[in-house]
Amino acid sequence: MELYRAHVLICGGTGCTSSGSAKLIEAMERELKNNGLEHEVKVVKTGCFGLCALGPVMIVYPEGCFYSHITEEDIPEIVSEHLVKGRIVTRLLYQETVHPEDNTIRSLNHTKFYEKQMRVALRNCGVINPENIEEYIAVDGYEALGRVLTQMTPEETIDVVSRSGLRGRGGAGFPTGKKWSFAAASPGPVKYVCCNADEGDPGAFMDRSVLEGDPHAVIEAMAIAGYAIGAHQGYIYVRAEYPIAIHRLEIAIKQAREYGFLGKNIFDSGFDFDIELRFGAGAFVCGEETALMTSIEGHRGEPRVRPPFPAVKGLFGKPTVLNNVETYANIPQIFVKGPEWFASIGTEKSHGTKVFALVGKITNTGLVEIPMGTTLREIIEDIGGGIPNGKKFKAAQTGGPSGGCIPASLIDTPIDYDNLIAIGSMMGSGGLIVMDEDTCMVDIAKFFLEFTVDESCGKCTACRVGTRRLLEMLEKITSGNATMDDLAEMEELCYYIKENSLCGLGQTAPNPVLSTLRYFRDEYEAHIKEKRCPAGVCKKLIGYEIIADNCKGCTACARVCPVGAISGEVKKPHSIDKTKCIKCGACIEKCKFSAIVKK
Amino acid sequence: MKSLAELKAIREKAKDSVIMRHENPNNIRVVVGMATCGIAAGARPVLQAFLEEVQKRGLDNVIVTQTGCIGLCRLEPIVEVYVPGQEKVTYVKMTPDKVGKVVANHIVNGAVVDEYTIGSAQ
Repeated sequence: MELYRAHVLICGGTGCTSSGSAKLIEAMERELKNNGLEHEVKVVKTGCFGLCALGPVMIVYPEGCFYSHITEEDIPEIVSEHLVKGRIVTRLLYQETVHPEDNTIRSLNHTKFYEKQMRVALRNCGVINPENIEEYIAVDGYEALGRVLTQMTPEETIDVVSRSGLRGRGGAGFPTGKKWSFAAASPGPVKYVCCNADEGDPGAFMDRSVLEGDPHAVIEAMAIAGYAIGAHQGYIYVRAEYPIAIHRLEIAIKQAREYGFLGKNIFDSGFDFDIELRFGAGAFVCGEETALMTSIEGHRGEPRVRPPFPAVKGLFGKPTVLNNVETYANIPQIFVKGPEWFASIGTEKSHGTKVFALVGKITNTGLVEIPMGTTLREIIEDIGGGIPNGKKFKAAQTGGPSGGCIPASLIDTPIDYDNLIAIGSMMGSGGLIVMDEDTCMVDIAKFFLEFTVDESCGKCTACRVGTRRLLEMLEKITSGNATMDDLAEMEELCYYIKENSLCGLGQTAPNPVLSTLRYFRDEYEAHIKEKRCPAGVCKKLIGYEIIADNCKGCTACARVCPVGAISGEVKKPHSIDKTKCIKCGACIEKCKFSAIVKK
Repeated sequence: MKSLAELKAIREKAKDSVIMRHENPNNIRVVVGMATCGIAAGARPVLQAFLEEVQKRGLDNVIVTQTGCIGLCRLEPIVEVYVPGQEKVTYVKMTPDKVGKVVANHIVNGAVVDEYTIGSAQ
């Protein structure tokens, strides 16, 4: 093995790939070669660093310099200045890493974004090359599997998981140890281990990032689960829309087979285990466990009745353990560092950490992992860097279309499974959408309902027809045609859908409506009684006007208006013809004198 | 994969490849002056010699890096060695031949090679 004096880590996650990191890697390798540095400097493509808003990003070791927003044109400068001459290219550094007083460079771990984070499931993302099994082994990879297979019985293995207090990270929070013990107790020679990588919530990308950044952790954990319950075959159900994750999983599985971590007689223990991939075609309902297994079996992805639960009768009618990607990513660490270590993190009933995809109206869009019990305020203000443009925080949506919103008044709630349920939301798989004062809560509820209407599989009438009716009622409200009776009827329908749907999709579909009703009923009432959208979002309820006193008659608005609704003489106040106006907002953006207002 | 020992052997071998990415304040830093003056005076082979020597000895607590011009161009190639908790030592007019002695005496055994330092050159 060659010793390199510097490592250049370039993020190859989906976020940075779409902002062009693949080209950067090529350019970097080419430029190093031109300078004769290819045997001194190693280029490593890693998984997601978490700071997607700054992408594409790069870290240069040994200095630990964090460069952000890099373009191909910056590469020659980084090579000739930094890698040849040792002069750090300060203009490309992430400002937070530069010490404000003496301009020295601080470790990325001391920036606000990372300081309050604790990386367990994401510990290798952005650190190792996910396409190289030896880098995973170098950071204690497959040690847990080795210890389990050579030193522990299946019962002891399950006991360790139970003692750690790990709960399912897919959203519902069922204790993982208990799930495994049920499957282990189910009799039969054939059992299965499945991994749910069908991440479908709008705005969520935690599982994708784990698979892209640390695929071996999931493979290792599935093999451990297989040993614990007596299964010899595993399936990873991953959505076909995740091409990078699939590519890296395929490489990882191949390497694991070559090294003998998958296959026959692993660690000379007599235990056989192998994994295959199954691709989902992007149906949200296939993230529901019974629908997922039906899909793996080759049928149309529709849920089935529980009980029997998968631990008793799951895939192909055999006892099955099905866990989420992030749940698996925690498992190897629990064995390496001990269940007591894991149990010591977090709150009384929710141990460990949780990964969130932080999106919406937030400065540091990206991937964060926090110990359970961290407050929403810490996530938004410290890690997330606050709301951009000086706007006020209004609410955060967790759990995607199945979850609910957390209003600003509850921003100091410590985040764990039970607290979120108590305030009418849920952990969900980890999407965290931040909303500011410009967000209309009725509109948000409508957005999620549109999603569930699209994604309802159609099996149950309550969900298939009910969500459609619910959406129509919301549309009635946002267009100003609803009465207070409609509101009462809508609430009733919500409970009807919840109680009469077979699977989680229908049972949780009304949650966005119920939780916005709970905390923002006044907004619904403003839409109904006053025919007014307080946030100025619902198009049918807003109108644009020009304040004559502010208008200088510059004609900028009239020129940008796509429908010619604005007229007036030059240097004289203009006016908007409301019958022509399509409320696109282009004029407001163009006006330099704040003369146009939404009413 | 047959045993934990086999896994450990791979890990030990692979560890060198990622150790640099764990920022450790206790590492010894070897900094080679690589501005135009340094490169012209032959800093590049010196840097390569350090890398080879460190690798040959399997030193996992040493990082070899580079810096710009420190203003003493006439004494290039210059190499600074930072041992944590001690004052930095500046070696001047370095050549690849001198590298072995610096690594063996100073970095491994803690004895500064006085004859190569800036103090004896002036």
